[in-house]
Amino acid sequence: MKRDRLIISKKNFISRLIVGTGKYKSMKECAQAIKLSGAEIVTVAVRRVNITNKKKPLLMDYIDPKKITYLPNTAGCFNSKEALRTLRLAREIGGWKLVKLEVLGDKKNLFPEMIETLKSTEILTKEGFKVMVYCNDDPLMAKRLENSGACAIMPLAAPIGSGLGIINEINIKIIRKQTKLPLIIDAGLGQASDAAIAMELGCDGVLVNTAIAKAKKPFQMALAFKNAVIAGRQSYLSGRIKKTLYGNPSSPKTGII
Amino acid sequence: MKKKIKIKLNGKLKTINDNSTLFYIIQKNKIPLAKVAIELNQEIVDKKKIKNINLNNNDKIEIVHFIGGG
Repeated sequence: MKRDRLIISKKNFISRLIVGTGKYKSMKECAQAIKLSGAEIVTVAVRRVNITNKKKPLLMDYIDPKKITYLPNTAGCFNSKEALRTLRLAREIGGWKLVKLEVLGDKKNLFPEMIETLKSTEILTKEGFKVMVYCNDDPLMAKRLENSGACAIMPLAAPIGSGLGIINEINIKIIRKQTKLPLIIDAGLGQASDAAIAMELGCDGVLVNTAIAKAKKPFQMALAFKNAVIAGRQSYLSGRIKKTLYGNPSSPKTGII
Repeated sequence: MKKKIKIKLNGKLKTINDNSTLFYIIQKNKIPLAKVAIELNQEIVDKKKIKNINLNNNDKIEIVHFIGGG
């Protein structure tokens, strides 16, 4: 079989599963879940250092950025100014240029604010960032992001943390057909089969956080997502049979006794 | 007695000696420099130059790092 790799901004990855590092009970649990998921890219947030409690464990002590690609994320930013500030700081920590842009527009539904997102994508690209962009599942907006220099399109399946799975398969299929950029489903997946469906629709990868971190058994769910992404990808590449209205027997019709 | 100034470090008010450097703040708080980014009054600071940066009254310092997130 041909080597099948996820290529983002000229970098090759074997795993097509990207995982978030939030919402785990502990850093230890987070690190173990990532290991089991096989993910090579993890999203991370930029926050203030705890000045008063210096004993608080550091993410970098548990997840080695030399072995796992850190993808700094702007989660929690509600306008372009905040997002740009966050990612410029992220770059300063250690030269991170590959980033995930996420500008939210509403505190309840957490849908992306696309006008601010578009504006930020243009500015960040000009500053030399490689921007993977969280967006809604609108093919027109996805096209505009592509034209603004995004290095990956990351439409939501459903609202962040909702676990609803892919709400609008048709839109995802349209975005798939129109773009050659990596298409990664970001947000809203609830169980492993949702990831398999995303991959069968032709997505290049999925990003999952809550569905693993908040599962009753996060380690088992991490494994389940790993397998589902592999299965979904192989299924997509295999070329599925056509759907028919009536039955078609699997055994020969001749030689029946 | 040395003159004191007031600064804000990650949102918390601190009183320090006048002419303290940013390097002093980093050292005093045992900040692992390689794992953080620093802003002084909303401007990103070149970490190599912190020994030469003297702090002034009302300066706002933000020190950030990576934590778990989605």
